[in-house]
Amino acid sequence: MTALVYKIARTQARDALRSRWITVYTLFFLLATEGLMRFSGDGAKAILSLSSATLIVVPLVTLVLSTIYVYNAREFTELLLAQPIRRSTLFNGLYLGLAVPMAAGFVAGIGIPLLLRGGGDPTQRGTVVALLLTGVLLTFVFTAIAFAIALGTDDRLRGLGIALGLWFVVALLYDGIVLTIVAMFADYPIERALLGVTFANPVDLARILLLLKLDVAALMGYTGAVFQRFFGGPLGITLASTALVMWVVVPVAIGTRQFHRKDF
Amino acid sequence: MIEITKLTKRFGAHEVLRGVDLRIERGRVTGIVGPNGAGKTTLVKMVLGLSHPTSGEIRVDGTTVNGDERYRARIGYMPQIARFPENLTASELFAMLRDLRGDSGDLDEEMLNRFQLEPHLGKPLRVLSGGTRQKVNACLALLFRPALLLLDEPTSGLDPLSSATLKDKIHALRADGVTVVVASHIMSELEELCDDVAFLLDGAVRYVGPVAQLRAMTRQANLERAIAALMIREVA
Repeated sequence: MTALVYKIARTQARDALRSRWITVYTLFFLLATEGLMRFSGDGAKAILSLSSATLIVVPLVTLVLSTIYVYNAREFTELLLAQPIRRSTLFNGLYLGLAVPMAAGFVAGIGIPLLLRGGGDPTQRGTVVALLLTGVLLTFVFTAIAFAIALGTDDRLRGLGIALGLWFVVALLYDGIVLTIVAMFADYPIERALLGVTFANPVDLARILLLLKLDVAALMGYTGAVFQRFFGGPLGITLASTALVMWVVVPVAIGTRQFHRKDF
Repeated sequence: MIEITKLTKRFGAHEVLRGVDLRIERGRVTGIVGPNGAGKTTLVKMVLGLSHPTSGEIRVDGTTVNGDERYRARIGYMPQIARFPENLTASELFAMLRDLRGDSGDLDEEMLNRFQLEPHLGKPLRVLSGGTRQKVNACLALLFRPALLLLDEPTSGLDPLSSATLKDKIHALRADGVTVVVASHIMSELEELCDDVAFLLDGAVRYVGPVAQLRAMTRQANLERAIAALMIREVA
């Protein structure tokens, strides 16, 4: 079964890597990284800016591209389903065949300018690795969510609308919503409840993970500050990473289930 | 042989198939006919396991279609719409399917030559014309020497010469004992190809049997007229 997953993923990845969109995506991170390093050096400041770009752009591009990809691959998926292959094998192959090239595009976009500068500031290497890992995890999270969305609704426009709406909420609106809740319930002890809220948003988890690593409390936002106060650095990082991994596992499980039940 | 028993399929409130009973004999060419939306494509997809029954049973050569994928190794499928990953070449697509099927080396590449596809094999599939993609589609369905061939509107988009070439191939396969199911709305095509015909109307089989018998029964000269007579009778 693993060999079959690999064979499907390999062909799918070849198709994805040749598509213009992944090249544009890689170029974006390449230019952003190169530009930031030129203008603000290779220190914490540049990495902080890159982190912000990653938290906004990775979920957006991954959600949109993956959703469109699943819809466009509908007939091809049917052709593959007509072969003697298990649905779960096919799902895993299609998922990895998209998530891996997207993640590779991201890593190459940030990694190449850094490598060309001899690896960047040695004191920041741990943070750079954390940034790359977080970006890769976010790619896997949002590819899985996009599969679940696109398999859940046959209407392309609706699917794309849900994907964009989700991005808007998790990447842009979230902190505002949290602050509004905090202001509304200022007289109540809601810090513990807010921790739960943090786990409900993979982008927030990724942000806290990166900021805990960078140790810049001023930029943590409300949930980040609560998170650090409760768990401190190392435990916080472990918890946030584990939760992010769960954000990959659960949507993949949901997507697999939908793929099994779906009528093509 | 395909045995379909009391098969129903509902998409939300819409019941596409309402208790289909159908036996498709081995080594014969069976046409599935019916008006648009009669459930022809759904029926073919359900034989492949692409859509799940709401109730009822489908057996292919004695194996119940219930999620076990192995029976599909004997099936060749030509879907109605030939859309492939845009950036792959036809060669890569063939290689992928050979890889997935565990290529035994015993491939039927006759149609690749007869359709003169060789010059197109190295091009990205997105630049191929609709007709050429349909030829690729046909070659994929035939490549693994299937014992059961499921064709959904097989000649749509093909030029007359390619269409005739494909029909010749279907005749040859029948002579070799391959079971063929053709869903189509082109009656002349079905008349040319089929031994038997199954007529679907409002989600149920209204006639199944030899084409000649249907013509005799309705006292019509050709299949198109015979089906039209059957539809008038059913509606009345």
